[in-house]
Amino acid sequence: MARITAGLTTSHIPAIGAAIDHGRTQEPYWQPLFAGYEWTKAWAAGNVPDVVILVYNDHASAFTPEVVPTFALGCADEFPPADEGYGARPVPVVQGHPDLAAHLAQALILDEFDLTLLYKLDVDHGLTVPLSLVYGQPEQWPVRVIPLAVNVVQYPPPTGHRCFMLGQAIRRAVESFGEDLTVHVWGTGGMSHQLQGPRAGFINSKFDAAFMSRLVTDPEGLARLPHIEYVREAGSEGIELVMQLIMRGAMGPKAEELYRFYHVPGSNTAVGHMVLQPAGLPGGEG
Amino acid sequence: MTAYTSEFDDIPGTRVFTAQRAKQGYHLNQFCMSLMKAENRERFKAGERAYLDEWPMTEAQKQAVLDRDYNAMLELGGNIYFLAKIFATDGLSYVQAVSTMTGMNIEDYQQMMLDGGRSPEGWRSVKDGT
Repeated sequence: MARITAGLTTSHIPAIGAAIDHGRTQEPYWQPLFAGYEWTKAWAAGNVPDVVILVYNDHASAFTPEVVPTFALGCADEFPPADEGYGARPVPVVQGHPDLAAHLAQALILDEFDLTLLYKLDVDHGLTVPLSLVYGQPEQWPVRVIPLAVNVVQYPPPTGHRCFMLGQAIRRAVESFGEDLTVHVWGTGGMSHQLQGPRAGFINSKFDAAFMSRLVTDPEGLARLPHIEYVREAGSEGIELVMQLIMRGAMGPKAEELYRFYHVPGSNTAVGHMVLQPAGLPGGEG
Repeated sequence: MTAYTSEFDDIPGTRVFTAQRAKQGYHLNQFCMSLMKAENRERFKAGERAYLDEWPMTEAQKQAVLDRDYNAMLELGGNIYFLAKIFATDGLSYVQAVSTMTGMNIEDYQQMMLDGGRSPEGWRSVKDGT
């Protein structure tokens, strides 16, 4: 049986990818940010799952104004890094897990989550920056990845509650897969930020701290937060935070927080990062 | 206008990219996507007005692009992730381009971010003035 053994959240700011790709991680501006991921890199080296289900959003790279899928699952053999207008990032091609993806597609759609299925997908910084932050610059990524792209660009995005429920359904779906696999679920995006209008540069560290805590201890309550409160308290692009609720739903009723990091700024954005695991697994406290 | 969308109008200095705005800005955003291709960037740079005239955009949308008036582009249905293709063509970073929407110069904007970002105080609600 496949099982979910950890969850992770992280911002996926494009400038982080550029700093890694251009060897600037030790510059004074970036050093504190990358230092905040050192614990995770060590943890990740000792906890390599077979598959990461990586929840992210595309930023006008794979999806044009022509098609706006709310939830889209990557079912292909592999996913090349996208050319976002500056040339593709020099990172390995992402290897998929088409058998588990096909199983997830079937299980989730029959569980009444009407996913869009993607058999061709170029993945942008939303997916590759988290991989770089956790795994550095290897020749090949050490894990297979199933991308789950969520629309958080055009309003309405899915509600936090729907995201949380999808995460719960992903947990059921993974556990009904016959092969013996370990799976991590990553929820990327956030924290507070706004990239548009006179209010751009908006950061709300108090909201972010409360969001991170409630994500662990009160996900059901947090899932009821309406979109207007994300815009008001986390900025128009802070709505990406709903994606972290997919990760949390997949952890099961109780989760343990193994690590937390928060830093301002990363470009225009507050950087937030956590590592969780379902309660009761080895390595945690309970 | 539903309650869902009208609530967003209470957020100061913000234009939420709703399904309505996506329809309004469809051709503007499609023009932006065309700049993903190097040959289109070259043609645009060689003659911006002529390139824009190939798209069924409104005159106001075209003028906003020519003026690099990002707030006007947002108002006319643009979304920042599409508009990013314009400022990438101009060789600007997100921080540089985003600062132009705030009325701050780039140095002051960058300093604000280094100091912890724009405080939520005074930026939560037009109606309540909070």
